[in-house]
Amino acid sequence: MKAVAATGNLSTGFREESLLRAVEQGANFIGCDAGTTDSGPYYLGSGQPRGPREGVKRNLRLMLREALKAGIPVIVGSAGHAGGRPHLEWTVSIIRELAREHGWHFKLAAIDGEVDKNVLAHAFNQGELSALTPAPPLDESAIRHAERFVAMMGIEPIQQAISAGAQVVIAGRLSDVAIYAALPVLKGIPKSVAFHAGKILECGAASAAQRLYPDCMVADMDPDGFTVEPPNPAIRCTPQSVAAHALYENADPYHLVESGGVLDTSGAKYEAVGERAVRVTGSRFTPSQKYTVRIEGATLVGYRSIAIAGIRDPLVLRQLDAFLSTLRPVIERKVSDSLKLAPDAYTLNFRVYGRNGTLGDLEPVSYEGHEVGLIIDVVAATQSIAADIIPIASHTGLHHPVPEHEGLISNLAYPFSPGGINAGPVYSFCINHVWELSDPCRPFAMRMEVL
Amino acid sequence: MNLVSHPPRMRELWQFTKLIRSKNAGPFELTFDIMFKNRESFDDVVKSKALSPNVIAQLYRVDVQQVRFFVVEHLLAIKISIPRRVFSGDVADTDIYGGQFHGPLVRLPVKE
Repeated sequence: MKAVAATGNLSTGFREESLLRAVEQGANFIGCDAGTTDSGPYYLGSGQPRGPREGVKRNLRLMLREALKAGIPVIVGSAGHAGGRPHLEWTVSIIRELAREHGWHFKLAAIDGEVDKNVLAHAFNQGELSALTPAPPLDESAIRHAERFVAMMGIEPIQQAISAGAQVVIAGRLSDVAIYAALPVLKGIPKSVAFHAGKILECGAASAAQRLYPDCMVADMDPDGFTVEPPNPAIRCTPQSVAAHALYENADPYHLVESGGVLDTSGAKYEAVGERAVRVTGSRFTPSQKYTVRIEGATLVGYRSIAIAGIRDPLVLRQLDAFLSTLRPVIERKVSDSLKLAPDAYTLNFRVYGRNGTLGDLEPVSYEGHEVGLIIDVVAATQSIAADIIPIASHTGLHHPVPEHEGLISNLAYPFSPGGINAGPVYSFCINHVWELSDPCRPFAMRMEVL
Repeated sequence: MNLVSHPPRMRELWQFTKLIRSKNAGPFELTFDIMFKNRESFDDVVKSKALSPNVIAQLYRVDVQQVRFFVVEHLLAIKISIPRRVFSGDVADTDIYGGQFHGPLVRLPVKE
């Protein structure tokens, strides 16, 4: 059973010739992950997909074209980046458009990963949710105030879609590993093999010794193990590169918790096969007592406006902490006078790049330098309030005094006019819980379309 | 008997490694991968105790009980995972992907 991962993320792409070669060499299906929580809560909260749409369309066109030619399935997980309902519909609309433009016909399954708030609140009240560590505080009201929730499905809904005759499966939020494990497990490959192969494939060519550019990866699975080999002859895998990939973005190097069980790679053996392939054997899979799926959710926190400025005056820089800490109450007083807003009605954050912009209060190195970049970061209840606070804050900062200079001075260098930038809605991840399910397919509605 | 004590030679962690990286392991945790150049570099750093759960707990201001510290011998690697004090994307977050939290580890002194 040969699985080809088109690439690590559907929006990044792959070499056309690599995919062609992988399919020619007898791939049994093409998979691709389209999502992650890595880029923050915005996509889940807002319902916006992450494009570019034309890039996603190009990649789907090649995957569908090759799969239809070879008569093999395509499985896409975590559609539209966050895997919610609008993200799924966005991806399905691209698929329909491609089918229309090219005169393609196939059965499409769209699997919804979004969980309605009422359903989740009910599950919470029934005690079906348990917190992972660390988790934001959760109660029924937090669930009802959130924007959107998704549940990360395992292999079962994908298997159900394939068994129902779908050739193209587009799933909402789906475990990366399950994209590649669902079909092999359905065909009798042990979970210990299929889940480990899935973990190696989920980032496309990232398990290569050197990932020259985003590209395809192939794993050939059998009951005893799997062999991973890049279809692109310019890329090679080594036992070290494949073993090391188990570390990536995973908190534990040996144990991967998936819906339905835990993959244990501590006994895995990685052996070179020729110059570019690696044979992997010896992983174990322990089924879990309860079947759980991870829930992701995002809550609207407010709206952000920012201003960017440089500071170059050495007298300001040598007392930057005092400068900023005396500036804050002056801004707060002006905001209170003109907008009638108390300081707890918004957040005002000075981000000082060149000093500790990256690490904040974790920065162990004390500031030394001839300039800093300042981001005045305001988050308020509406975009117009945030946009109103920014000119107050930036103008106050511009003329805020230091004792060594008499008269009116201008201490902040603003590179742009206007100085304020509206950065839109701000969300936060509001849940880190798993949901116990009696049926792994229950929350995930499948819709079959004949195109 | 040699009564003259030489000060131990100090080097920095990056001089022993081929990769030091940090990354989110989901929005609520950070994970650090430290891959060593060779067996000798790996042994030197492990022996020096320059990296330990305590060192990480102090640097990243988390409880030492929350530090998961793995010495992955077959990969000549050390992997460390900690909870995020500020979750990815929260209003006060400074690094959505968690890709630069390893900064303070790069020049960590290693006693030889």
